[in-house]
Amino acid sequence: MKLEVPTLASLQAEGKKASVVFWVGCAGSFDDRAKKITKAFVKILNHTQTSFAVLGTEEACTGDPAKRAGNEFLFQMQALQNISTLDQYGVTKIVTTCPHCFNTLKNEYPELGGHYTVMHHTQFLKSLIKEGSLKVEGGMYKGKRITFHDPCYLGRANKIFEAPRTLIEKLDAELVEMKSCKTKGLCCGAGGAQMFKDAEQGDKEINIERTEQALETQPEIIAAACPFCNTMMTDGIKNKKQEDTVKIMDVAELIANAKNL
Amino acid sequence: MIMGYLPNFIFLALLILGGGIFTRNILRLRRNIFLGKEAHRNDRKQQRWKHMIRIAFGQSKMGVKPLAGFLHLVVYIGFVLINIELLEIVFDGLFGTHRIFATVLGPFYNFLIGSFEILALLVLVAVILFWFRRNVVKIKRFWKAEMKGWPKFDADLILYFEVVLMLLFLSMNATDVLLQQKGVEAYVKAGSFPISQFLAPLFEGFEVGTLILLERSFWWAHIIGILIFLNYLYYSKHLHILLAFPNTFYANLEPEGKFEVDAHIKNEVLLMLNPDQASTTAQADPPEKFGSSDVFDLKWTQLMNAYSCTECGRCTEVCPANLTGKKLSPRKIMMDTRDRLEEVGKNINANGGTFNDDEKQLLNNYISPEELWACTSCNACVDACPIAIDPLSIIMDMRQYLVMEQSAAPQELNAMMGNIENNGAPWPFSNQDRLQWSNE
Ligand code: SF4
Ligand code: SF4
Repeated sequence: MKLEVPTLASLQAEGKKASVVFWVGCAGSFDDRAKKITKAFVKILNHTQTSFAVLGTEEACTGDPAKRAGNEFLFQMQALQNISTLDQYGVTKIVTTCPHCFNTLKNEYPELGGHYTVMHHTQFLKSLIKEGSLKVEGGMYKGKRITFHDPCYLGRANKIFEAPRTLIEKLDAELVEMKSCKTKGLCCGAGGAQMFKDAEQGDKEINIERTEQALETQPEIIAAACPFCNTMMTDGIKNKKQEDTVKIMDVAELIANAKNL
Repeated sequence: MIMGYLPNFIFLALLILGGGIFTRNILRLRRNIFLGKEAHRNDRKQQRWKHMIRIAFGQSKMGVKPLAGFLHLVVYIGFVLINIELLEIVFDGLFGTHRIFATVLGPFYNFLIGSFEILALLVLVAVILFWFRRNVVKIKRFWKAEMKGWPKFDADLILYFEVVLMLLFLSMNATDVLLQQKGVEAYVKAGSFPISQFLAPLFEGFEVGTLILLERSFWWAHIIGILIFLNYLYYSKHLHILLAFPNTFYANLEPEGKFEVDAHIKNEVLLMLNPDQASTTAQADPPEKFGSSDVFDLKWTQLMNAYSCTECGRCTEVCPANLTGKKLSPRKIMMDTRDRLEEVGKNINANGGTFNDDEKQLLNNYISPEELWACTSCNACVDACPIAIDPLSIIMDMRQYLVMEQSAAPQELNAMMGNIENNGAPWPFSNQDRLQWSNE
């Protein structure tokens, strides 16, 4: 099935508007694993006939990794450029599959003049279900043991714990919690620009520690809601040689698969 | 005749001395805290009051660890309530009276003293359990690297102080009750002594004269002990009993993921991108320094955070970097900030009110870049802190200094930032390929 991915520029040329902008993010655009999440989410958007558009080549890094690495200047350069692009199209509502983009757009752009309603894709999917445009039933995940890894920038940082869990429960799956979850969730090790560098000297990698916590729940699937967490946990599972038995899946992928999209 | 008032004068002198040193220390503390930069935390007063009442007064975050939370609550309530007794001690000491409240309060006095005694016992038990947790069970967070030496000794010393004060209080009552029974003049029959009655047999064999001497000694030792403890606060993590309140009041109320957007830098960026929007007045001048390398660059709220830290290690215990053996410990970040600030404060004291450059700073002399770069900005430490301390903001401010003033980021991060600058993504992919996924 060919994906329908209109850009804001193409819609504008046709004199049309989108009701929500899907902010794909750098990982979602370039990282092979994350691209699958992007596509799964778009499949759902297409399936529900949601009016959306992407920025395409006009999107640029939100500046989150630069800011957290200490480069406030570069962050603000990115932010102001993105804000000017978004405002030029009169964007008011944004959905994103990346909690880092979500946090930055939602919390840090307003002070630089960018005011939007920003939603994480788990919140957005939940709202689609509530509206009735998306119907989710267990399907292939019925009864499966799924544990959910809270992304720091979705959970602790923005107190969104329920949306992803609600979606997992809609799959009729058995949701099992790790010993540290929700506000106590342990980081996957990628945040604060760590994704882009080697860890400091220590006795363990953070993603291994988190993977072990996840494996303690004996899951069939570790659900994630962040492309970076996904990478870290996938590496962790490979390190534990469990990649054949335990899958790391984004919540959007679970839903798209359950619906055979 | 004058000699008769000697104890009153000595008491007054002690009170003035104790109160005086305490006031001096508090003023120094205040001065040191305000070496920090302005923080805009005077908004949303109502919400701030609620925050303080819930977290500091109501100890809402202590319940996460139920046993420690409960024991802490006992000591906290005991501490606050037994201090009502202090009021009577001060009156008695100044006016040469004995149990002055007894005549004023009547039967209620018995209830009051009885409750204080029970509280004193509970505090004693709690404190002993605390000591056990620290020294016998050896709970891991109390034995991390940064707790060696003074911090460990300080933590134990506080417990010993409390044990001694409670024992003095109960012994004072035990001897008092015997003197009351013997009908000794001035020892009014007042109070109920549910706990100290069990201590009384220890003193039963003594003569009245010895008993009076003992009772007076306990009484004086108790109040002197309290004055010493009061003045010990400034040098100890125990300062949190005072600072937890302003610290939670002036805490960050924004979502934890929202990091401060620097207004000075905003203006610089605007000057480059849209000069017409840049401010020409307020915040127009670039700051002397981007980020923080020393305590002077931090905000006063961050410095107050440092003085408030109880060294409980709840932050470090959940820090993913620390959990996996990295050098970073958010508690150490706070302790280092405080120790450096104290060093600066002493320098100012010694130099008649001005700071003489000591060629040291918080960065490198206390906190190494290795620690700063190990942080994942996950906010676990911020969330775990029982009194709303934010170690992460200090880490981020110091990273900002490293990057913006010293270009001293790890090589891979420089590459990442170079990519963002050149092609708008942290990886070296062309922006023209951003939509390729849709065709794959
Ligand atoms: S924010 Fe940084 S210092 Fe705090 S717990 Fe997370 S990694 Fe540790
Ligand atoms: S910062 Fe907070 S959690 Fe950490 S040691 Fe200090 S008081 Fe405890």
